[in-house]
Amino acid sequence: MKRLTLWLGLVLVGLTVAVAALTLVWTPYDPTAMVGGRLAGPSWEHWAGTDRLGRDYLTQVMIGARIALVVGVGAVLLGGVIGTVVGVIAAFAQRWLDDALAAALDILIAFPTLLLAMLVVAASDRASLGTAVLAIGIALSAIVARLVRILTKRVLAQDFITAARCSGIGWGRIVLAHVLPNILPTLSVALALQFGLAVIAEASLSYLGLGAPPPNASWGHLLQQAQSTVFTAPFAVVLPGVALVVLVLGINFLADGLRDVLDPEQGGRA
Amino acid sequence: MSLLSVRDLHVGTGARDLVHGVSFDLEPGQRLGLVGESGSGKSLTAMAVTGLLAPGLRARGSILLDGQQVIGARDRALRPLRGRVAATVFQDPRAALDPLMRIGAQLAVPLRRHGRGLSGDALNRAQLAALEQVALSDPERILRAYPHEISGGQRQRICIAMALACRPRLLIADEPTTALDVTTQAEVLDLLDALVRDQGLALLFISHDLPVVARICERVVVMQQGVAVEEGPVAEVFGTPQHAYTQGLLAAARRLDDALEGGA
Repeated sequence: MKRLTLWLGLVLVGLTVAVAALTLVWTPYDPTAMVGGRLAGPSWEHWAGTDRLGRDYLTQVMIGARIALVVGVGAVLLGGVIGTVVGVIAAFAQRWLDDALAAALDILIAFPTLLLAMLVVAASDRASLGTAVLAIGIALSAIVARLVRILTKRVLAQDFITAARCSGIGWGRIVLAHVLPNILPTLSVALALQFGLAVIAEASLSYLGLGAPPPNASWGHLLQQAQSTVFTAPFAVVLPGVALVVLVLGINFLADGLRDVLDPEQGGRA
Repeated sequence: MSLLSVRDLHVGTGARDLVHGVSFDLEPGQRLGLVGESGSGKSLTAMAVTGLLAPGLRARGSILLDGQQVIGARDRALRPLRGRVAATVFQDPRAALDPLMRIGAQLAVPLRRHGRGLSGDALNRAQLAALEQVALSDPERILRAYPHEISGGQRQRICIAMALACRPRLLIADEPTTALDVTTQAEVLDLLDALVRDQGLALLFISHDLPVVARICERVVVMQQGVAVEEGPVAEVFGTPQHAYTQGLLAAARRLDDALEGGA
């Protein structure tokens, strides 16, 4: 059963990755070329129809997979690294610094990602894929930092840390050899879930026009475009929506399966 | 010079003292027991010796470990003492081992610290020797195992091997057999006793189990609510207890013995 979730997750995520990789070398049509009638329904030439400028819709959705993965990986890497470093520092810090960091994180978490994204966009004077990744990554780092801080404190309170200190090992080695491996199972599951949320957050940003601009249209952008034609061309809503659900669902399955594999006490090694 | 000299040790939270003015000396090769019921401050005293009190607890007074003042010293300054001068064996071997690290890797850390640059075959030989020292059979399997894959007695033997790996002169054993089942307790105790005698280590043995202390230690400090109420050679303190608390502890131990014999 546990193995099944892991495999299901791998298949669903793998599908998205494969499509994204494919768009690097081949797409059914040139994504910017107007190759058909406007808002045409599905046909043999255009499996998913065309958008309102007559571009092939399947091509747009396939490129959207690439955008989604870039955003997810970028935001999780950025947020994961910053968050882990800040969280570990807070857990080790003197009382006043820990309190200050914890308060700063709470404020950052209370800030809606959307508002943060608008600030980042405003500061860099135009929306791009980079600003979306940066905004989502910063928001994510606060959540990760808070989690890492708590997890690290819990690990530090354990006897084996005292035992390690008793044998005269420095803090640097304790973090690398004991703290990080012990927070990794929980952290990786949390990061995988955040990956899914980052993809959704980017879709929301794009939906509001704060994400990647065309021709690198993300699924959120496609959904926004499809909104005005939802009654005349309902298919345009379904495809990017399904793609989004497949990726996020796959990531969540993967996260679940990962936790069981990473924890030897759960019998994942048997 | 004493290996360990504790003078007027206070440990407290700032608001309240949990250990009040404990003093004792430990010479090289000597075996000292710290006894008392739980909450008497014996474990706090032991942790203070290596400067590893839990956050929020502060020690005052004087602790000279191998001539170096522990109280008020920086963590970095104490690191060379830990493991090399004084090593510790904890009560619960399951909690004292990292659950996500194979036994071999954990054992390698103190071994490498003693013999710098130990790796490959030399490391493997040292690991096997360390396991043989604590009488563990099937050492190859144990080195590859995670802590949850071996028994409680085996885990505590690993902890003892790790404590001895840095060749300390003082071994601090904090209720080392309390978390083990009764038959394993006797084996681990025999092992600890033999190792300490063979290597001529000083031993600071924390326990609430008076018969065990009587068997292993030469001298004993009796603690009650953070105060050392009685101190002396084991035969004297347990033979003719002066303090009411010691008499009470002994009477309780005897009642337990009688009850066990009566029931058998």
